[in-house]
Amino acid sequence: MSTGQVSFGRFVADAAAAGRLVVQPRMGFSDLRRMRAGLERTRFAAATTVGTVTIDSYTRVGAYAAARRALAEGTPLNGYPIVAYPQETTRALFDGVRDDTFPVQVRHGSSRPESIIRALTAAGLDATEGGPVSYCLPYGRTPLRESVRHWARGCELLAERAPGTAHVESFGGCLLGQLCPPGLLVAISLLEVLFFARHGIGSVSLSYAQQTNPDQDAEAVRALRRLAGEFLPAHVDRHVVLYTYMGVFPTTVGGARRLLEASARLAVRAGAQRLIVKTSAEAHRIPTVEENVRALETAAATAGTTDTGGPEVPDTGVYAEARALVEAVLDLHAEPGRALHAAFRRGLLDVPYCLHPDNAGQSRSWIDDAGWLRWSAVGGMPIRAAAPGDRPAMTSTRLLAALHTVARRYDH
Amino acid sequence: MALSQAARKVLLTGTVSDSHTWNLVFLELLLTEQGYAVDNLGPCVPVELLVRRCRAYAPDLVVVSSVNGHGYADGLAAVTGLRAEPDLADVPVVIGGNLGLDGRDDAHRRARLRAAGYQAVFDDGDLLAFERYLTALTGQPRTPVGRPA
Repeated sequence: MSTGQVSFGRFVADAAAAGRLVVQPRMGFSDLRRMRAGLERTRFAAATTVGTVTIDSYTRVGAYAAARRALAEGTPLNGYPIVAYPQETTRALFDGVRDDTFPVQVRHGSSRPESIIRALTAAGLDATEGGPVSYCLPYGRTPLRESVRHWARGCELLAERAPGTAHVESFGGCLLGQLCPPGLLVAISLLEVLFFARHGIGSVSLSYAQQTNPDQDAEAVRALRRLAGEFLPAHVDRHVVLYTYMGVFPTTVGGARRLLEASARLAVRAGAQRLIVKTSAEAHRIPTVEENVRALETAAATAGTTDTGGPEVPDTGVYAEARALVEAVLDLHAEPGRALHAAFRRGLLDVPYCLHPDNAGQSRSWIDDAGWLRWSAVGGMPIRAAAPGDRPAMTSTRLLAALHTVARRYDH
Repeated sequence: MALSQAARKVLLTGTVSDSHTWNLVFLELLLTEQGYAVDNLGPCVPVELLVRRCRAYAPDLVVVSSVNGHGYADGLAAVTGLRAEPDLADVPVVIGGNLGLDGRDDAHRRARLRAAGYQAVFDDGDLLAFERYLTALTGQPRTPVGRPA
């Protein structure tokens, strides 16, 4: 039964202390029975799991009427419309499945999260994710200044309505899913959790999405942990969440499984405490509950046979790059939100291939022959790009090849 | 590259509820390489913005791309919005990507999209068909927006 005392952060910390990686699916259905079955099956998977309710994209953009209309017409949505459903419906959805041993996180992608936060706290939940940058720039056209304001209010609302347990994960380590070099992912993730802490959130997670090279990724996750230790106030609970590769996924069952296993090994080796998995269906469609459960169990089994620590990886400068970005931003203003907005306006932060009007759009990246993700152009960011001779111009063919690099490697 | 091609303008857009952008980044590169001038509206484009930019930019072709599973509904609303404006009733509009939640190509939904005003539907991201369409388009005389051919 729901006690109202479940803390997402505490659950992950306890699992980590016991040497277990927490695994979590992506999952959201508008059909209530399916959503319920998804939560139950996640809970009872042979793994240490937390549940996920992913919100549909109408709710994400604030089109609550469209979500209601779809419910009334019986049109399936690509997630759970938490604002359109009555509060009692959502409470009943969690009754008897969410409890102290099975926390649930609401995932949404909204730059205006207040209504979603009201709905999730009304249902007794306390954990969500996103951020003023990571749920704005890649996901739409909300001005960054507005997103910062909405997220500040959203955090304060969550802290107020879930006192002591409110948890927010930064999605900053996942910007656009692929082709963003690690230094910037680490920096944004850290800056966003500083923003959450500033607005009253006492428990945060820092994200990083698996990219193209396991050594580079391990270096990035370690840099993220180190920077969190250096910059986050000591009283703020924190952990690192790794995402199984978010870009174009292998199309074969074997390829998808090997990539998932590699992410589980990376999580354990680099010291992440939670892993968001992908399934073998990823390249083809929204996965079924069964496919999600299989992915959770596969990841848990791999994590269980992987040693922590692992071989040392060389320092190629991810920490220094992320730190240079973080310091340049924090120098702009004492409020992390104001600083983030100013940084993008000046191009001190510039997400490659991001089409948002508030992104300078001068930075570019590519994958080198050894599979490392590199900067080919940094725009106005206080970091360095590769030597001029090494910077290939991006074409549609090269972009497709880059986007498919990981899929190709694991499919063969 | 033919001169007639270089003069052509494409308005490239995502749909109202779709936040994906790699499709748009790729299509912008592809169209630019083929000599088109591209105005890339980006993701999550409401119908009003599409209408406004269409009027301001006067494109020779509007390309709608969607991969989030709401492509049929959102794409239908987009083209219906454009066709409701008398001065935009004739601009060629095409749509492509992964348009349904189930990953299946659906002839009925495709027919509805065409009936609503799309000149072509490239479901399941049929890039070859899209490139053939562009080639055919380039061979035709240019039709200024809002005027009969």
